[in-house]
Amino acid sequence: MPVYGLVLAGGSSSRMQRDKASLPYRGKTQLDRAFGLAARHCAEVFVSVRATQVADPARAAHPMLVDSIPGEGPIIGIRSALAAFPRVAWLVIACDLPLLSDSTLDFLLLERDPHSLATAFFSAHDNLPEPLCAVWEPAAAAALAEYQSAGGQCPRKFLMRNRAKLLEPLDARALDNVNTPEEYAAALAALEISTMKLRVQYFALMREQAGRSEETLETAATTPAELYGELATRYGFTLAREQLKVAVNSEFSEWSRPLAAGDDVVFIPPVAGG
Amino acid sequence: MAFRFAQSAIDAVQGRLELRDAGAGGFVSFEGWVRDHNEGKEVTALEYEAFQELALKEGGRILAEALERFPIKRALCIHRVGALQLTDLAVWVGVSAVHRGEAFDACRYIIDEVKHRVPIWKKEHYRNGDSGWVNCEQCAAAPLHSHHADQHHAALDVDIGK
Repeated sequence: MPVYGLVLAGGSSSRMQRDKASLPYRGKTQLDRAFGLAARHCAEVFVSVRATQVADPARAAHPMLVDSIPGEGPIIGIRSALAAFPRVAWLVIACDLPLLSDSTLDFLLLERDPHSLATAFFSAHDNLPEPLCAVWEPAAAAALAEYQSAGGQCPRKFLMRNRAKLLEPLDARALDNVNTPEEYAAALAALEISTMKLRVQYFALMREQAGRSEETLETAATTPAELYGELATRYGFTLAREQLKVAVNSEFSEWSRPLAAGDDVVFIPPVAGG
Repeated sequence: MAFRFAQSAIDAVQGRLELRDAGAGGFVSFEGWVRDHNEGKEVTALEYEAFQELALKEGGRILAEALERFPIKRALCIHRVGALQLTDLAVWVGVSAVHRGEAFDACRYIIDEVKHRVPIWKKEHYRNGDSGWVNCEQCAAAPLHSHHADQHHAALDVDIGK
């Protein structure tokens, strides 16, 4: 039985206050990293999305599986995948596990028990099952439907009450998830991705869309291009990068120029003097 | 030889005085005025905003280029920022030269380059209550259009009377 990959990226990111799927790590989004990781272990990988997210370019860059079952939450995404491909087991990973490694997934797939409803790790934090880095078997579909029809919503409680094979994690931090700016900073530090403080000034349309004329921010972006990608996601800039110029320290710059701490960056939308 | 901004009404008389030169036989100026229509919309007022640090450098480079390309004596460009009303003077370019031909050519060169290169943005307010940043809103509505650059030029060519 094949194992497909399902990357969960439907969360509301309310504590992060920006879309978690788009958090950058060395210029790659959290979602792209998770997708790439799953793709190294599965023949087919899909991003699980809610119907309202299908137009989001970060998600639409990948094959998507849209929730087909009414409701919200990770169980809906897992059930929708099991319904779409009933003869397939699913390696389910949340997109916000930046420290998840190939060796952890190798171990999970090696230890997978197809006769359980799922194979998962114990969380290193509370020793409870971690449902969002797990292999879910086809037989889980009916059990999950029953669990939800009885009012259940929590995939962790489901794993505690049902037949699941549970593994001790190889690496205590592999399943650390990123819900807050502090947790994101900790993940960047663990990945030895350095961040720096930059000043960004906004003018005209950019100022209106960012809702501010300047800010000092901590970023892992290494070039103006990466920084624009990060801020465009945060503020919903309508202009594509190709339509802009950029200035660093009050001089026109290449988009690929390496940024240094303290640099002053200005994105320049099409000008209209005269 | 300078590019500068004016926070209030541009003093064109003062600009002309600065270009006087005993060797100059002619003086040409261009004035860009706030017009009541653009791209089929009725315009009621304008705002100009600039990234002044870079704009002063880029504007200065354009004037230096004009001096190098054309045998002129002096050149000056003053651009307004802030809120402007219809008929207000938005930009003033002046050039003095030995002969009129070079003065006309350099003046045209300066205003064309300023419009295309200097980080200044114009927000138009329309009769119908809408407003928009010129050259930005239509791009955002149709991003990455293959004729995007042409659209810019078309918009630039009509937005002040020249």
